[in-house]
Amino acid sequence: MASHKYEPKNKAVKWFEDRLPILGLLHASVGPGYGTPRNLNYWWNFGSLAGFMLVMQIITGIVLVMHYTPDTSLAFLSIEHLMRDVNYGWLFRYAHSIGASMFFVVVYIHILRGVYFGSYKSPREVMWWLGLVIYLLMMATGFMGYVLPWGQMSYWGATVITNLFGAFNFFQGMGNGILHLLWGGFSVGNPTLQRFFSLHYLLPFIIVGVVILHIWALHIPRSNNPLGIDAKGPGDKIPFHPYYTAKDAFGLSFFIVIFAIFVFYLPNILGNPENYVPANIILTPPDVEPEWYFLPFYAILKSMPSKLFGVLTMFASILIFFVLPWLDVSKVRSAKFRPATAFFFWLFVINGLFLGFLGTVLPTKILIHVGGGVTALTLGRIATFYYFAYFLIILPWVSRKEKTRPVPASIAQSVLDARKEA
Amino acid sequence: MTTNDLINHKGEVTRRNFLYITTSVVGVAGVAAAAWPVIDQLNPSDDVLALSSIEVDMSPIPLGHTITVLWRGKPIFIRHRTPEEIAKSVADNTAPMIDPAPDSTRAQKAEWLVQIGICTHLGCVPPDYHGGVPTEVEYNGWLCPCHGSYYDTAGRIRFGPAPRNLDLAPYKYLSDAVVKIG
Ligand code: HEM
Ligand code: FES
Repeated sequence: MASHKYEPKNKAVKWFEDRLPILGLLHASVGPGYGTPRNLNYWWNFGSLAGFMLVMQIITGIVLVMHYTPDTSLAFLSIEHLMRDVNYGWLFRYAHSIGASMFFVVVYIHILRGVYFGSYKSPREVMWWLGLVIYLLMMATGFMGYVLPWGQMSYWGATVITNLFGAFNFFQGMGNGILHLLWGGFSVGNPTLQRFFSLHYLLPFIIVGVVILHIWALHIPRSNNPLGIDAKGPGDKIPFHPYYTAKDAFGLSFFIVIFAIFVFYLPNILGNPENYVPANIILTPPDVEPEWYFLPFYAILKSMPSKLFGVLTMFASILIFFVLPWLDVSKVRSAKFRPATAFFFWLFVINGLFLGFLGTVLPTKILIHVGGGVTALTLGRIATFYYFAYFLIILPWVSRKEKTRPVPASIAQSVLDARKEA
Repeated sequence: MTTNDLINHKGEVTRRNFLYITTSVVGVAGVAAAAWPVIDQLNPSDDVLALSSIEVDMSPIPLGHTITVLWRGKPIFIRHRTPEEIAKSVADNTAPMIDPAPDSTRAQKAEWLVQIGICTHLGCVPPDYHGGVPTEVEYNGWLCPCHGSYYDTAGRIRFGPAPRNLDLAPYKYLSDAVVKIG
C-alpha cells in the first residue's frame, strides 16, 4: 500500500488546510500517508518512547519550576517543601527524576538499535548526527538538572564535571579563566546554580527543535528496518497509521507500567542517598559519582593517566559516533547478515556495561585476586581499549573482510520465505 | 542595476562591491561587539570579586593540627607542622615526584603550611590523613576520595591522576602568627 495524499472531505477543514497545510504534514509524517516498512520489530518502538519521555520531562519540569527556588540558600529547602507539603509534589519530582533515567534507557536502546541494524549508514548520516546532537543536549540537560536540588552529589558532581574544562590549560591562566567563566565565581556557587537553572529550562526546548529536524531527515529516506534493505514496492510497506501507531501505543503501555513501578515503588533506587544531604562546600562525600547514565564515560576518564588526556579521551568516546558511518564500510546494513559484526557488537554492549560498573569503583581497588591482583584501573584500560578498538580497528577491518549472509531480494520476499518455512 | 551586475563585472571593483564589503564588515563587528556582553556577564561579578582577602590568626592551632577556613568560597588548609613532619618532607625532596618541589618552596615559614584545599585533579576536597592511612601507599598527607590522588605532608602530589601539588594560597605575614590571605 503506497502512501497517498491528504485530501480533506470536509469543506471547513479544506478551507483551513489551504491556508495552513499542517494536517497534511501530520498525515504524511505520522499518519496513513507515511509508508513504513512492514517488518519493523519492537526495537523500532524506542523512537516514539523517547518522544514520549521528552514530553513527560517538559510537563513535569514545568510543574517543578512552580515550586522550586534557584538560590543556594533555598534550593534544597524548596525541594523538601515540594516533597512534603505540595499536593502530589512527590509525584512530579519522582516522575521527573525517574523520568530522566527512563529517557536515557530508552535513548541508549534507540542508539544501539541503530548501530546493530546499520541505521547510520547512507543515506541516513545526517539523521544519525542529529540524533547524536540530541543525545549531547540531553547529557547537558541531565547534568544541569541534577545540580538543581543542591544536595551533596549535586554540588560535588558539578564541581568534578566543570573542572574537566579546566584541563584545557594551554597557556598560563586559560584553565582558570574557563572555570571562572563557567562558575561565575571562584568555585561552584550561587551564580552557577542560577545559570544552570536557566539553561536546564531552555535546553529541552532546543531538543524539541532538533527532534523535529531529526524526523524531517528521517522522512527523506524513510525508516530503516531489521533487514536493512530498502523498502521498494508497495508490497514492502504499510501505512504508519493505524499499524505502527497501534504497535507503538501497545509498547508504550508496557513502558508506562515499568515507569510507574519505579515512580511508585522504587523512586530512589537509581539516585544516590547522599543527595538528600544539603551541599557542603568543604566536605567531599567519600564516593562522588555521576548519575548512572554517565558512568561508562566516567570510567574512561578515570582510566587515563593524565588529566588532559583523560578528558580528551572521554569526549572522543562520544564524538567518535559521529564518524561511525565512515568507519563501517560494509554494503550490508543489518548485523543480521553480518555474524562477525554482530558478535563484536554484543561484546561492545557488554564492555559498555562493564565500564559502567567500573565507573563506580576506585581505580586502585583490586577486582581480580590472582598474582599481585588486577586493579580496576587495569581493567578500565582494557575496556577503554576495546571501546575504541571496536570503532577504529574492528569495524573498519571486519566490514571489509567479512563474508555476509545472503540478503533477501525484498522485504515482501523475506516475509513469504518465512511463511514457507513455517 | 541588479545583483547580476556583480557577476557581469567579474574582477572589477564596483561601487556596489565596496558597499557590500564595508556593510558586512560593520555588521560582523557589530555582532561581535554585542556578543561580548553576553559572554562577559558569565564572569565573576564585582561583589564576588570584592570578597577577596581574609585575615587569620594561626596562634590557636595546636602543633600537628589542620584547620580549614573559607576564602573566595574555597577551603584553605592551614596546618601547623611538627618538626618530624618537616624533617620527613625535607628528606623526601629527592624522591620521584609528579610535580617536583623542594619543601622550602611550600611554606614561607616551615611550620605553617597555607594551601588551597582543592584537589588539582577535578576539584574535590581531600580529607586529612596525617593520622592513619587507608591504603598500602603511605604519604600521610591528604588523600582525595574522588579518584585517589595522594598528597604528602607538604601537599605535594605523590600518586594518582592530579597533575599539580596543592596550590598555595597567596598570603602575607602581618605578624608572627597572623596571615592575610588574598
Ligand atoms: C530533556 C529533558 C529533561 C531532562 C533529561 C531533565 C533531567 C533532570 C534531572 C536529572 C533532574 C534532577 C532530579 C533530582 O535528582 O531530583 C532535574 C531536576 C529539575 N528539572 Fe529537569 N529535565 C528535563 C526537562 C526539564 C524541563 C523542561 C524543566 C522546566 C521547564 C525542568 C525543570 C527541573 C527542575 C525545576 C528541577 C529541580 C527539581 C528536582 O531536583 O527534582 N526539567 N531534571
Ligand atoms: S578530584 Fe581528586 S583525584 Fe580527582
